[in-house]
Amino acid sequence: MQFKDRFSQVFSKFESGLNGESKLPVHQLRKDALQSFHEASFPTVKDEDWKYTNVSVLADLNFELASSADEALLMPILEKSKYSDENFCHLVFFNGIFQEHLSDIIDQPGVFAGNLKTGLKKYPEVIEKYLGKYATHKDGIFTALNTALMSDGAFIYLQDGKVIEKNIQVIYVNGDKAPVSINPRNLYILGKNAQVKVVEAYEGVEGAVYFTNKVTESIVDANGYFEHILIQDESTSAYHISTTEVDIERQSVLKNYNICFGSAIARNDINGRFNDQYGELTFNGLFIGHGKQLIDNHTLIDHAMPNCQSHELYKGVLGDMSRGVFNGKIYVRQDAQKTNAFQENKTILLSSDAHIDAKPQLEIFADDVKCTHGATIGQLEESQLYYLRSRGIGPELARTMLINAFADDAVQNITIDEVRESVEALIAEKLA
Amino acid sequence: MLLEIKNLRAAIDGKEILKGINLTINKGETHAIMGPNGSGKSTLANVLAGREEYEVLEGEVLLNGKNLLEMAPEDRAREGVFLAFQYPVEIPGVSNTNLLKNALNEIRKYRGEEPLDSMDFLNLIKSKMKLVNMPQDLLSRSVNEGFSGGEKKRNEIFQMAVLDPMLGILDETDSGLDIDALKVVANGVNVLRSPEKSFIVVTHYQRLLDYIVPDFVHVLYKGRIIKSGDKSLALYLEEKGYDWVKEHTDEFMAV
Ligand SMILES: Nc1ncnc2c1ncn2[C@@H]1O[C@H](COP(=O)(O)OP(=O)(O)OP(=O)(O)O)[C@@H](O)[C@H]1O
Ligand SMILES: [Mg+2]
Repeated sequence: MQFKDRFSQVFSKFESGLNGESKLPVHQLRKDALQSFHEASFPTVKDEDWKYTNVSVLADLNFELASSADEALLMPILEKSKYSDENFCHLVFFNGIFQEHLSDIIDQPGVFAGNLKTGLKKYPEVIEKYLGKYATHKDGIFTALNTALMSDGAFIYLQDGKVIEKNIQVIYVNGDKAPVSINPRNLYILGKNAQVKVVEAYEGVEGAVYFTNKVTESIVDANGYFEHILIQDESTSAYHISTTEVDIERQSVLKNYNICFGSAIARNDINGRFNDQYGELTFNGLFIGHGKQLIDNHTLIDHAMPNCQSHELYKGVLGDMSRGVFNGKIYVRQDAQKTNAFQENKTILLSSDAHIDAKPQLEIFADDVKCTHGATIGQLEESQLYYLRSRGIGPELARTMLINAFADDAVQNITIDEVRESVEALIAEKLA
Repeated sequence: MLLEIKNLRAAIDGKEILKGINLTINKGETHAIMGPNGSGKSTLANVLAGREEYEVLEGEVLLNGKNLLEMAPEDRAREGVFLAFQYPVEIPGVSNTNLLKNALNEIRKYRGEEPLDSMDFLNLIKSKMKLVNMPQDLLSRSVNEGFSGGEKKRNEIFQMAVLDPMLGILDETDSGLDIDALKVVANGVNVLRSPEKSFIVVTHYQRLLDYIVPDFVHVLYKGRIIKSGDKSLALYLEEKGYDWVKEHTDEFMAV
């Protein structure tokens, strides 16, 4: 059966299970998205944007919509990946289904951090105003599919001047016996001067086959600060397609860290846009591939306004027969004078069968701008390995030390120590 | 007997550099190796430390009776070999502290000892820093990155002091050091000397040997030790130069 036919069936089942919810305005959005889904074409390697990433395997698998979760199976993974209660509020989803009893919803005047379904009851007009406006169902088949099938996800909303002191960890733990389709939909809205740090983590049962197709929309109003850390450590038999849309207003700062270790095929699209002047975007990425993994990162920073700064650093470590893609688009529009854009991509290949396709893509239409970009590919330095080993350090630890050193500058500016330390531990685990 | 090198021949990229080295070092002895540029001194040092680019063609090296050449570089270090490199590499992103902590704990693990706790580690580091007048900031900086030539050499000796090897090999540690630094470094080595520990000091200059007084001096020439003697050989070389040795090679070889 074709991909579209399969998911049409999935949608019908989904819709019939919605009951009262299908009367909400958001359901019209789903139906429109389904329409777009049918109109969109399934990507092939002939599409420029999917040149290196063949997702035809998705059409061959018999995905069913996830409707339940095996807590005994997922709980240990949650325990392992959960950050401390001291520093974090947790929003937990099993196979995309919100686990209220394992979560800490924040619902205070002007501040909400919880799931989208609950949010819809509390702030329906806010959600209606923003949801699907930044990641639109016209943006390609996967966003359309996510929108058609969206049922829940994280919803974080801060009104003007609000700050959430505790950090928030949104954790998706995925995996089931049968191949399931999971469609998380996250919406983060920060009012003027609002501040929050969010870790959005995707974890999986190793060996489980499933398809996570997530969409996140982040909107940061003037003078806001949003630190957003994506950690993807799904099952290496799973498929993970991630779309993250970012839109910032005057003088806002948004930092996105895209840390990607898991899944058989990972596709990350991160698109940011300056909606006003004096904004600052950081897009950093770290990906580590093994076996036959494919990790494809597509980023776009749209300097639509003058006087903005963007800083992008992507680091990749690829072993075995793994492949990586880095495609970094930067648009500097005609009016965007005094733009300052920096982009760098560095990859280390640990084996001769590993491969990276790196493509910086700068399109600059303004003249008074500062834009730099660079891409390098290399190996671990034998002389450095030898030096460490000559001090008594075994080759595995030596390699880990060098790779950590290489990877570190992509993640060293994460301001939550606990996250930085856990990422470093994860790197060591991945390299062992 | 700590180290026994028997008829060691080694090549790099198919080119034979060491052409039959014989050398025996007893516990507590310090041996100086001198010889002109390109004679194979660093090659010998690296073959002992286990650099994998070198191919051993023939011969045997025993450390405390164990076959050194069969060991991986890290195991040689764990068995007590330390090489202070002629050209220490820079490792951006790995701090000196991190390197030493991992090195110490890997060595301890190999010996069946518990890892050092942070307090003991810090105390050890502090006392060794004092020993070689190591500036504090070099400790937290990335290994050798942006260090001056002299600072790199001092850092090598500092690492050696922390790891406290059975056999310390110093490859031209004196080159690039100013006279004060030379004294400090030499003093650091002398403090480590003991009846249990041995050193190989590779140098071009008699000056270092005024401070680290060797028990034996060897001249390495074209991959062979062509002359051995006591410390007066170094003085002799300083006076007559390697030309004199070269001219008399054939005589030595014949012997
Ligand atoms: N990769 C290589 N291929 C061929 N020859 C090499 C290679 N590496 C080193 N050599 C040669 O090996 C010889 C010995 O070098 P080595 O570094 O051991 O000399 P050395 O005695 O330490 O000299 P110096 O006093 O200048 O430090 C030199 O002639 C050098 O050019
Ligand atoms: Mg040398």
